[in-house]
Amino acid sequence: MHRGKGMKFVGDSRIPATGRKPNIPKDYSEYPGKTEAFWPNFLLKEWMVGAVFLVGYLCLTVAHPSPLERIADPTDTAYIPLPDWYFLFLYQLLKYTYASGPYNIIGALVIPGLAFGALLLAPFIDRGPERRPAKRPFAVGFMLLALSGIVYLTWQSAAHHDWEASKKQGAIIEGAEFDKESEGYQLLDANGCISCHGAELTGGAAAPSLVDTGLTPEEIANIAVKGRGGMPAGMFKGSDEELEKLAEFVSSLTAK
Amino acid sequence: MLTKIYDWVDERLDITPLWRDIADHEVPEHVNPAHHFSAFVYCFGGLTFFITVIQILSGMFLTMYYVPDIKNAWESVYYLQNEVAFGQIVRGMHHWGASLVIVMMFLHTLRVFFQGAYKKPRELNWIVGVLIFFIMLALGLTGYLLPWDMKALFATKVTLTIVDSVPLIGPAMKTLIAGDATIVGAQTLTRFFAIHVFFLPAALFALLAAHFLMIRKQGISGPL
Repeated sequence: MHRGKGMKFVGDSRIPATGRKPNIPKDYSEYPGKTEAFWPNFLLKEWMVGAVFLVGYLCLTVAHPSPLERIADPTDTAYIPLPDWYFLFLYQLLKYTYASGPYNIIGALVIPGLAFGALLLAPFIDRGPERRPAKRPFAVGFMLLALSGIVYLTWQSAAHHDWEASKKQGAIIEGAEFDKESEGYQLLDANGCISCHGAELTGGAAAPSLVDTGLTPEEIANIAVKGRGGMPAGMFKGSDEELEKLAEFVSSLTAK
Repeated sequence: MLTKIYDWVDERLDITPLWRDIADHEVPEHVNPAHHFSAFVYCFGGLTFFITVIQILSGMFLTMYYVPDIKNAWESVYYLQNEVAFGQIVRGMHHWGASLVIVMMFLHTLRVFFQGAYKKPRELNWIVGVLIFFIMLALGLTGYLLPWDMKALFATKVTLTIVDSVPLIGPAMKTLIAGDATIVGAQTLTRFFAIHVFFLPAALFALLAAHFLMIRKQGISGPL
Protein backbone atom coordinates (compact mmCIF):
# COMPACT_ATOMS: atom_id res chain seq x y z
CA MET A 1 0.00 0.00 0.00
CA HIS A 2 1.26 3.42 -0.89
CA ARG A 3 -0.24 6.46 0.81
CA GLY A 4 0.73 9.93 1.80
CA LYS A 5 4.18 10.89 0.64
CA GLY A 6 5.33 7.29 0.56
CA MET A 7 6.36 6.64 4.14
CA LYS A 8 6.10 2.96 5.03
CA PHE A 9 4.47 2.23 8.38
CA VAL A 10 5.17 -0.92 10.34
CA GLY A 11 1.92 -2.89 10.64
CA ASP A 12 -0.08 -0.30 8.74
CA SER A 13 -3.65 -0.73 10.03
CA ARG A 14 -5.04 2.42 8.50
CA ILE A 15 -8.16 2.05 6.39
CA PRO A 16 -7.15 2.06 2.74
CA ALA A 17 -8.37 4.92 0.62
CA THR A 18 -9.95 2.70 -2.01
CA GLY A 19 -13.58 3.52 -2.62
CA ARG A 20 -13.26 6.99 -1.09
CA LYS A 21 -13.71 10.13 -3.08
CA PRO A 22 -10.37 11.31 -4.43
CA ASN A 23 -9.09 14.31 -2.57
CA ILE A 24 -8.02 16.13 -5.68
CA PRO A 25 -10.73 18.48 -6.92
CA LYS A 26 -12.29 17.74 -10.26
CA ASP A 27 -11.29 19.79 -13.23
CA TYR A 28 -13.41 22.91 -13.59
CA SER A 29 -14.56 21.71 -16.99
CA GLU A 30 -16.44 18.86 -15.33
CA TYR A 31 -18.84 21.31 -13.69
CA PRO A 32 -21.62 23.10 -15.50
CA GLY A 33 -21.90 26.86 -14.99
CA LYS A 34 -19.33 29.11 -13.44
CA THR A 35 -18.31 27.15 -10.36
CA GLU A 36 -15.34 28.27 -8.36
CA ALA A 37 -12.97 26.35 -6.14
CA PHE A 38 -13.66 27.06 -2.47
CA TRP A 39 -9.98 26.89 -1.59
CA PRO A 40 -8.37 29.31 -2.12
CA ASN A 41 -10.34 31.44 -4.61
CA PHE A 42 -13.74 31.72 -2.96
CA LEU A 43 -12.38 31.79 0.57
CA LEU A 44 -10.32 34.86 -0.34
CA LYS A 45 -13.49 36.66 -1.47
CA GLU A 46 -15.30 35.60 1.67
CA TRP A 47 -12.40 36.93 3.68
CA MET A 48 -12.64 40.28 1.90
CA VAL A 49 -16.36 40.52 2.65
CA GLY A 50 -15.53 39.62 6.25
CA ALA A 51 -12.89 42.38 6.43
CA VAL A 52 -15.35 45.02 5.17
CA PHE A 53 -17.91 43.76 7.66
CA LEU A 54 -15.33 43.90 10.45
CA VAL A 55 -14.52 47.55 9.68
CA GLY A 56 -18.21 48.49 9.95
CA TYR A 57 -18.49 46.47 13.14
CA LEU A 58 -15.49 48.25 14.70
CA CYS A 59 -16.92 51.64 13.68
CA LEU A 60 -20.12 50.74 15.53
CA THR A 61 -18.11 49.69 18.56
CA VAL A 62 -16.16 52.95 18.62
CA ALA A 63 -19.19 55.16 17.92
CA HIS A 64 -21.41 53.55 20.54
CA PRO A 65 -19.57 52.34 23.66
CA SER A 66 -21.45 49.47 25.26
CA PRO A 67 -23.73 50.65 28.06
CA LEU A 68 -23.16 49.99 31.74
CA GLU A 69 -25.70 51.01 34.35
CA ARG A 70 -25.00 51.45 38.04
CA ILE A 71 -24.19 48.43 40.16
CA ALA A 72 -27.14 46.12 40.85
CA ASP A 73 -29.13 47.22 43.88
CA PRO A 74 -31.76 44.58 44.74
CA THR A 75 -33.44 46.97 47.21
CA ASP A 76 -34.47 49.42 44.48
CA THR A 77 -37.95 48.06 43.85
CA ALA A 78 -38.96 51.04 41.69
CA TYR A 79 -36.69 49.93 38.85
CA ILE A 80 -38.57 49.06 35.64
CA PRO A 81 -36.75 46.18 33.96
CA LEU A 82 -36.23 45.75 30.24
CA PRO A 83 -34.72 42.72 28.49
CA ASP A 84 -32.34 42.88 25.55
CA TRP A 85 -34.07 44.02 22.33
CA TYR A 86 -34.37 40.54 20.82
CA PHE A 87 -36.48 39.36 23.75
CA LEU A 88 -38.78 42.39 23.70
CA PHE A 89 -41.50 40.63 21.67
CA LEU A 90 -41.73 37.79 24.19
CA TYR A 91 -41.77 40.31 27.03
CA GLN A 92 -44.47 42.41 25.38
CA LEU A 93 -46.63 39.33 24.81
CA LEU A 94 -46.87 38.87 28.58
CA LYS A 95 -48.52 42.27 28.95
CA TYR A 96 -51.75 41.35 27.17
CA THR A 97 -54.84 40.29 29.09
CA TYR A 98 -55.09 36.76 27.73
CA ALA A 99 -51.38 36.13 27.99
CA SER A 100 -50.75 37.28 31.54
CA GLY A 101 -52.06 36.95 35.08
CA PRO A 102 -54.21 33.80 35.25
CA TYR A 103 -53.46 33.17 31.54
CA ASN A 104 -49.71 33.60 32.06
CA ILE A 105 -49.12 30.06 30.84
CA ILE A 106 -50.51 30.99 27.40
CA GLY A 107 -48.17 33.94 26.97
CA ALA A 108 -45.12 32.37 28.62
CA LEU A 109 -45.34 28.83 27.26
CA VAL A 110 -48.10 27.97 24.82
CA ILE A 111 -47.68 30.69 22.18
CA PRO A 112 -43.83 30.76 22.15
CA GLY A 113 -43.80 26.95 22.45
CA LEU A 114 -46.06 26.51 19.42
CA ALA A 115 -44.13 29.08 17.37
CA PHE A 116 -40.65 27.77 18.15
CA GLY A 117 -41.84 24.16 18.03
CA ALA A 118 -43.23 24.74 14.56
CA LEU A 119 -39.95 26.37 13.52
CA LEU A 120 -37.97 23.39 14.83
CA LEU A 121 -40.21 20.85 13.10
CA ALA A 122 -40.75 22.86 9.89
CA PRO A 123 -39.31 20.12 7.62
CA PHE A 124 -41.86 17.63 8.97
CA ILE A 125 -44.81 20.01 8.77
CA ASP A 126 -44.06 21.42 5.32
CA ARG A 127 -43.37 18.05 3.66
CA GLY A 128 -44.13 18.73 0.01
CA PRO A 129 -41.37 18.65 -2.57
CA GLU A 130 -41.94 22.26 -3.67
CA ARG A 131 -39.29 24.77 -2.66
CA ARG A 132 -40.48 28.01 -4.28
CA PRO A 133 -42.23 30.31 -1.77
CA ALA A 134 -45.17 30.83 -4.14
CA LYS A 135 -45.79 27.07 -4.29
CA ARG A 136 -46.11 26.60 -0.53
CA PRO A 137 -48.53 29.27 0.65
CA PHE A 138 -49.14 27.83 4.13
CA ALA A 139 -45.53 27.61 5.24
CA VAL A 140 -44.73 31.06 3.86
CA GLY A 141 -48.02 32.49 5.17
CA PHE A 142 -47.42 31.31 8.71
CA MET A 143 -43.83 32.55 8.65
CA LEU A 144 -44.95 35.99 7.45
CA LEU A 145 -47.63 36.01 10.15
CA ALA A 146 -45.05 35.15 12.81
CA LEU A 147 -42.64 37.75 11.44
CA SER A 148 -45.23 40.53 11.48
CA GLY A 149 -46.21 39.45 14.99
CA ILE A 150 -42.60 39.74 16.16
CA VAL A 151 -42.15 43.13 14.49
CA TYR A 152 -45.45 44.45 15.87
CA LEU A 153 -44.78 43.26 19.43
CA THR A 154 -41.22 44.61 19.42
CA TRP A 155 -42.46 47.95 18.13
CA GLN A 156 -45.26 48.07 20.71
CA SER A 157 -42.80 47.31 23.48
CA ALA A 158 -40.31 49.95 22.35
CA ALA A 159 -42.99 52.58 21.75
CA HIS A 160 -44.52 52.18 25.21
CA HIS A 161 -41.26 52.17 27.09
CA ASP A 162 -40.22 55.41 28.78
CA TRP A 163 -36.66 55.57 27.49
CA GLU A 164 -35.88 58.82 29.32
CA ALA A 165 -36.91 57.40 32.69
CA SER A 166 -35.10 54.19 31.79
CA LYS A 167 -31.88 56.08 31.15
CA LYS A 168 -32.25 58.02 34.39
CA GLN A 169 -33.05 55.07 36.63
CA GLY A 170 -29.94 53.18 35.55
CA ALA A 171 -27.44 56.04 35.37
CA ILE A 172 -24.23 55.64 37.32
CA ILE A 173 -24.37 58.18 40.19
CA GLU A 174 -21.08 59.60 41.28
CA GLY A 175 -20.90 59.59 45.04
CA ALA A 176 -18.95 62.14 47.10
CA GLU A 177 -16.51 61.53 49.87
CA PHE A 178 -17.38 63.39 53.03
CA ASP A 179 -17.13 63.01 56.76
CA LYS A 180 -20.39 61.83 58.29
CA GLU A 181 -19.28 63.32 61.62
CA SER A 182 -18.95 66.78 60.10
CA GLU A 183 -21.24 69.52 61.26
CA GLY A 184 -22.76 69.98 57.82
CA TYR A 185 -23.78 66.33 57.55
CA GLN A 186 -25.14 66.34 61.11
CA LEU A 187 -27.34 69.29 60.16
CA LEU A 188 -28.64 67.46 57.08
CA ASP A 189 -29.42 64.48 59.27
CA ALA A 190 -31.13 66.61 61.93
CA ASN A 191 -33.35 68.36 59.39
CA GLY A 192 -34.47 65.12 57.75
CA CYS A 193 -32.75 65.87 54.42
CA ILE A 194 -31.31 62.37 54.15
CA SER A 195 -34.74 60.72 54.28
CA CYS A 196 -35.25 61.86 50.67
CA HIS A 197 -31.73 62.68 49.43
CA GLY A 198 -30.30 59.44 50.83
CA ALA A 199 -27.68 58.72 53.46
CA GLU A 200 -24.99 59.02 50.78
CA LEU A 201 -26.67 62.20 49.50
CA THR A 202 -26.85 60.71 46.00
CA GLY A 203 -30.62 61.15 45.79
CA GLY A 204 -33.38 58.63 45.37
CA ALA A 205 -36.81 58.16 43.85
CA ALA A 206 -38.16 61.27 45.61
CA ALA A 207 -35.24 63.68 45.40
CA PRO A 208 -32.20 64.50 43.25
CA SER A 209 -28.58 63.98 44.20
CA LEU A 210 -26.91 66.67 46.32
CA VAL A 211 -23.53 65.85 44.78
CA ASP A 212 -22.22 68.11 42.01
CA THR A 213 -25.19 70.46 42.14
CA GLY A 214 -23.14 73.35 40.85
CA LEU A 215 -25.15 75.73 43.06
CA THR A 216 -23.77 78.49 45.27
CA PRO A 217 -24.31 78.34 49.06
CA GLU A 218 -26.86 81.18 48.75
CA GLU A 219 -28.93 79.25 46.19
CA ILE A 220 -28.84 76.09 48.34
CA ALA A 221 -29.87 78.03 51.44
CA ASN A 222 -32.74 79.50 49.43
CA ILE A 223 -33.92 76.02 48.31
CA ALA A 224 -33.56 74.59 51.83
CA VAL A 225 -35.95 77.24 53.14
CA LYS A 226 -38.36 77.80 50.25
CA GLY A 227 -38.25 74.36 48.62
CA ARG A 228 -38.16 73.59 44.91
CA GLY A 229 -40.09 71.24 42.63
CA GLY A 230 -41.39 68.40 44.76
CA MET A 231 -39.63 69.75 47.85
CA PRO A 232 -41.97 71.73 50.10
CA ALA A 233 -41.01 75.00 51.78
CA GLY A 234 -39.92 75.12 55.39
CA MET A 235 -37.94 71.87 55.44
CA PHE A 236 -35.07 73.59 57.23
CA LYS A 237 -35.90 74.40 60.82
CA GLY A 238 -32.56 75.53 62.28
CA SER A 239 -30.96 78.93 62.83
CA ASP A 240 -29.52 81.18 60.13
CA GLU A 241 -26.02 80.25 61.23
CA GLU A 242 -26.78 76.55 60.80
CA LEU A 243 -28.37 77.22 57.43
CA GLU A 244 -25.17 78.87 56.28
CA LYS A 245 -23.05 75.89 57.41
CA LEU A 246 -25.41 73.41 55.75
CA ALA A 247 -25.40 75.36 52.49
CA GLU A 248 -21.60 75.58 52.50
CA PHE A 249 -21.39 71.83 53.06
CA VAL A 250 -23.80 70.88 50.26
CA SER A 251 -22.19 73.32 47.87
CA SER A 252 -18.79 71.74 48.51
CA LEU A 253 -19.93 68.19 47.64
CA THR A 254 -18.20 67.04 44.47
CA ALA A 255 -17.83 63.59 42.95
CA LYS A 256 -14.72 61.68 43.86
CA MET B 1 10.90 26.63 5.30
CA LEU B 2 7.21 26.29 6.11
CA THR B 3 6.78 23.91 3.19
CA LYS B 4 9.63 21.79 4.50
CA ILE B 5 8.09 21.58 7.97
CA TYR B 6 4.72 20.72 6.42
CA ASP B 7 6.28 18.02 4.23
CA TRP B 8 8.14 16.57 7.20
CA VAL B 9 4.93 16.24 9.21
CA ASP B 10 2.88 15.12 6.21
CA GLU B 11 5.35 12.35 5.37
CA ARG B 12 4.86 10.89 8.84
CA LEU B 13 1.19 11.64 9.56
CA ASP B 14 -0.42 11.93 6.13
CA ILE B 15 -2.27 15.10 7.13
CA THR B 16 -3.09 16.36 3.63
CA PRO B 17 -6.40 14.47 3.31
CA LEU B 18 -7.59 15.92 6.64
CA TRP B 19 -7.80 19.47 5.42
CA ARG B 20 -8.25 18.63 1.75
CA ASP B 21 -11.58 17.04 2.67
CA ILE B 22 -12.69 20.42 3.99
CA ALA B 23 -10.98 22.69 1.50
CA ASP B 24 -11.62 20.96 -1.81
CA HIS B 25 -15.08 21.59 -3.04
CA GLU B 26 -16.66 23.64 -5.75
CA VAL B 27 -18.74 26.70 -4.97
CA PRO B 28 -21.71 26.60 -7.35
CA GLU B 29 -22.55 29.59 -9.49
CA HIS B 30 -25.93 30.29 -7.88
CA VAL B 31 -24.46 31.01 -4.45
CA ASN B 32 -21.61 33.19 -5.69
CA PRO B 33 -22.32 36.93 -5.40
CA ALA B 34 -19.59 37.55 -7.96
CA HIS B 35 -21.94 36.09 -10.60
CA HIS B 36 -25.37 36.98 -9.22
CA PHE B 37 -25.43 39.84 -6.76
CA SER B 38 -28.68 38.56 -5.23
CA ALA B 39 -26.65 35.61 -3.97
CA PHE B 40 -25.47 37.85 -1.10
CA VAL B 41 -28.28 36.20 0.88
CA TYR B 42 -25.98 33.18 1.10
CA CYS B 43 -23.47 35.28 3.07
CA PHE B 44 -25.57 35.43 6.23
CA GLY B 45 -24.59 31.97 7.46
CA GLY B 46 -20.90 32.67 6.97
CA LEU B 47 -21.18 36.06 8.66
CA THR B 48 -22.96 34.44 11.61
CA PHE B 49 -19.99 32.11 11.99
CA PHE B 50 -17.57 35.04 11.58
CA ILE B 51 -19.24 36.96 14.43
CA THR B 52 -19.37 33.78 16.52
CA VAL B 53 -15.59 33.50 16.18
CA ILE B 54 -15.26 37.17 17.21
CA GLN B 55 -17.54 36.49 20.19
CA ILE B 56 -15.38 33.58 21.29
CA LEU B 57 -12.15 35.59 20.97
CA SER B 58 -13.48 38.77 22.62
CA GLY B 59 -15.11 36.65 25.34
CA MET B 60 -11.79 34.97 26.07
CA PHE B 61 -10.19 38.38 26.53
CA LEU B 62 -13.06 39.60 28.71
CA THR B 63 -12.56 36.73 31.16
CA MET B 64 -9.03 38.02 31.76
CA TYR B 65 -10.58 40.89 33.72
CA TYR B 66 -14.06 39.76 34.64
CA VAL B 67 -14.75 38.46 38.15
CA PRO B 68 -18.02 36.51 38.61
CA ASP B 69 -18.78 37.78 42.07
CA ILE B 70 -21.50 40.19 43.20
CA LYS B 71 -19.04 42.56 44.83
CA ASN B 72 -16.49 42.68 42.04
CA ALA B 73 -18.36 41.83 38.83
CA TRP B 74 -19.61 45.36 38.23
CA GLU B 75 -16.34 46.88 39.43
CA SER B 76 -14.34 44.67 37.07
CA VAL B 77 -16.56 45.58 34.10
CA TYR B 78 -16.34 49.28 35.03
CA TYR B 79 -12.56 49.00 35.27
CA LEU B 80 -12.38 47.15 31.96
CA GLN B 81 -14.62 49.73 30.33
CA ASN B 82 -12.85 52.82 31.64
CA GLU B 83 -9.29 51.98 32.63
CA VAL B 84 -7.98 49.07 30.56
CA ALA B 85 -6.34 49.87 27.22
CA PHE B 86 -8.77 48.83 24.44
CA GLY B 87 -11.07 47.38 27.10
CA GLN B 88 -13.90 49.46 25.74
CA ILE B 89 -13.30 48.05 22.25
CA VAL B 90 -13.16 44.43 23.41
CA ARG B 91 -16.29 44.78 25.53
CA GLY B 92 -17.95 46.77 22.76
CA MET B 93 -17.26 44.02 20.25
CA HIS B 94 -18.70 41.40 22.58
CA HIS B 95 -21.73 43.59 23.35
CA TRP B 96 -22.56 44.54 19.77
CA GLY B 97 -21.56 41.13 18.45
CA ALA B 98 -24.23 39.58 20.65
CA SER B 99 -26.85 41.63 18.83
CA LEU B 100 -25.28 41.25 15.39
CA VAL B 101 -25.07 37.48 15.68
CA ILE B 102 -28.81 37.35 16.38
CA VAL B 103 -29.53 39.59 13.38
CA MET B 104 -27.32 37.56 11.03
CA MET B 105 -28.63 34.24 12.30
CA PHE B 106 -32.21 35.48 11.90
CA LEU B 107 -31.52 36.50 8.30
CA HIS B 108 -29.79 33.17 7.62
CA THR B 109 -32.81 31.31 9.03
CA LEU B 110 -35.19 33.34 6.88
CA ARG B 111 -33.08 32.68 3.77
CA VAL B 112 -33.14 28.94 4.39
CA PHE B 113 -36.83 29.01 5.23
CA PHE B 114 -38.07 31.02 2.27
CA GLN B 115 -35.92 29.02 -0.14
CA GLY B 116 -37.32 25.78 1.25
CA ALA B 117 -33.74 24.61 1.70
CA TYR B 118 -34.69 22.62 4.81
CA LYS B 119 -36.55 20.00 2.79
CA LYS B 120 -35.42 16.44 2.23
CA PRO B 121 -32.57 15.51 2.60
CA ARG B 122 -31.64 18.49 4.80
CA GLU B 123 -34.19 18.08 7.64
CA LEU B 124 -31.56 17.16 10.23
CA ASN B 125 -29.40 20.13 9.41
CA TRP B 126 -32.39 22.44 9.84
CA ILE B 127 -33.09 20.97 13.28
CA VAL B 128 -29.47 21.40 14.32
CA GLY B 129 -29.64 24.97 13.01
CA VAL B 130 -32.73 25.80 15.08
CA LEU B 131 -31.02 24.29 18.13
CA ILE B 132 -28.04 26.58 17.47
CA PHE B 133 -30.55 29.45 17.37
CA PHE B 134 -31.84 28.47 20.83
CA ILE B 135 -28.29 28.17 22.19
CA MET B 136 -27.49 31.65 20.88
CA LEU B 137 -30.59 33.11 22.54
CA ALA B 138 -29.61 31.36 25.78
CA LEU B 139 -26.09 32.81 25.48
CA GLY B 140 -27.60 36.27 25.08
CA LEU B 141 -29.86 35.73 28.08
CA THR B 142 -27.12 34.48 30.42
CA GLY B 143 -24.57 37.04 29.22
CA TYR B 144 -26.99 39.86 30.00
CA LEU B 145 -26.68 39.25 33.76
CA LEU B 146 -22.89 39.15 33.94
CA PRO B 147 -22.10 42.91 34.20
CA TRP B 148 -24.28 42.86 37.34
CA ASP B 149 -25.74 46.31 36.76
CA MET B 150 -29.33 47.37 37.37
CA LYS B 151 -30.79 46.24 34.05
CA ALA B 152 -28.94 42.94 34.25
CA LEU B 153 -30.28 42.06 37.68
CA PHE B 154 -33.88 43.10 37.06
CA ALA B 155 -34.16 41.57 33.59
CA THR B 156 -32.85 38.30 35.04
CA LYS B 157 -35.40 38.49 37.85
CA VAL B 158 -38.14 38.75 35.21
CA THR B 159 -36.70 35.77 33.31
CA LEU B 160 -36.54 33.68 36.48
CA THR B 161 -40.12 34.61 37.35
CA ILE B 162 -41.21 33.36 33.92
CA VAL B 163 -39.24 30.12 34.40
CA ASP B 164 -40.81 29.78 37.84
CA SER B 165 -44.32 30.05 36.36
CA VAL B 166 -43.90 26.89 34.27
CA PRO B 167 -46.22 24.24 35.72
CA LEU B 168 -44.74 21.26 37.62
CA ILE B 169 -41.06 21.63 36.75
CA GLY B 170 -40.90 25.47 36.96
CA PRO B 171 -39.68 25.90 40.56
CA ALA B 172 -37.12 23.11 40.19
CA MET B 173 -35.83 24.64 36.95
CA LYS B 174 -35.58 28.05 38.56
CA THR B 175 -33.58 26.62 41.46
CA LEU B 176 -31.30 24.83 39.02
CA ILE B 177 -30.55 28.01 37.06
CA ALA B 178 -30.54 30.55 39.90
CA GLY B 179 -28.94 28.36 42.57
CA ASP B 180 -31.66 29.20 45.08
CA ALA B 181 -35.44 29.06 45.23
CA THR B 182 -35.85 32.72 46.17
CA ILE B 183 -32.54 34.59 46.17
CA VAL B 184 -31.07 36.07 43.00
CA GLY B 185 -27.54 36.71 44.12
CA ALA B 186 -23.98 35.41 44.26
CA GLN B 187 -24.97 31.85 43.40
CA THR B 188 -27.04 33.03 40.44
CA LEU B 189 -24.15 35.04 39.06
CA THR B 190 -21.66 32.18 39.25
CA ARG B 191 -24.18 29.78 37.68
CA PHE B 192 -24.95 32.15 34.83
CA PHE B 193 -21.22 32.66 34.35
CA ALA B 194 -20.56 28.92 34.20
CA ILE B 195 -23.49 28.37 31.84
CA HIS B 196 -22.45 31.28 29.62
CA VAL B 197 -18.76 30.42 29.48
CA PHE B 198 -18.64 26.61 29.63
CA PHE B 199 -21.92 24.78 29.16
CA LEU B 200 -23.49 26.70 26.31
CA PRO B 201 -20.28 27.15 24.28
CA ALA B 202 -19.62 23.41 24.59
CA ALA B 203 -23.09 22.68 23.23
CA LEU B 204 -22.60 25.35 20.57
CA PHE B 205 -19.32 23.84 19.33
CA ALA B 206 -20.84 20.36 19.06
CA LEU B 207 -23.85 21.67 17.15
CA LEU B 208 -21.72 23.88 14.88
CA ALA B 209 -19.52 20.89 14.05
CA ALA B 210 -22.60 18.86 13.16
CA HIS B 211 -24.00 21.78 11.15
CA PHE B 212 -20.82 22.12 9.06
CA LEU B 213 -20.29 18.39 8.64
CA MET B 214 -23.79 18.06 7.25
CA ILE B 215 -23.50 21.01 4.88
CA ARG B 216 -20.18 19.60 3.65
CA LYS B 217 -21.68 16.14 3.21
CA GLN B 218 -24.90 17.24 1.51
CA GLY B 219 -23.64 20.30 -0.28
CA ILE B 220 -25.55 23.53 -0.54
CA SER B 221 -29.13 23.34 -1.82
CA GLY B 222 -29.60 23.85 -5.54
CA PRO B 223 -30.99 26.97 -7.21
CA LEU B 224 -34.73 27.54 -6.99
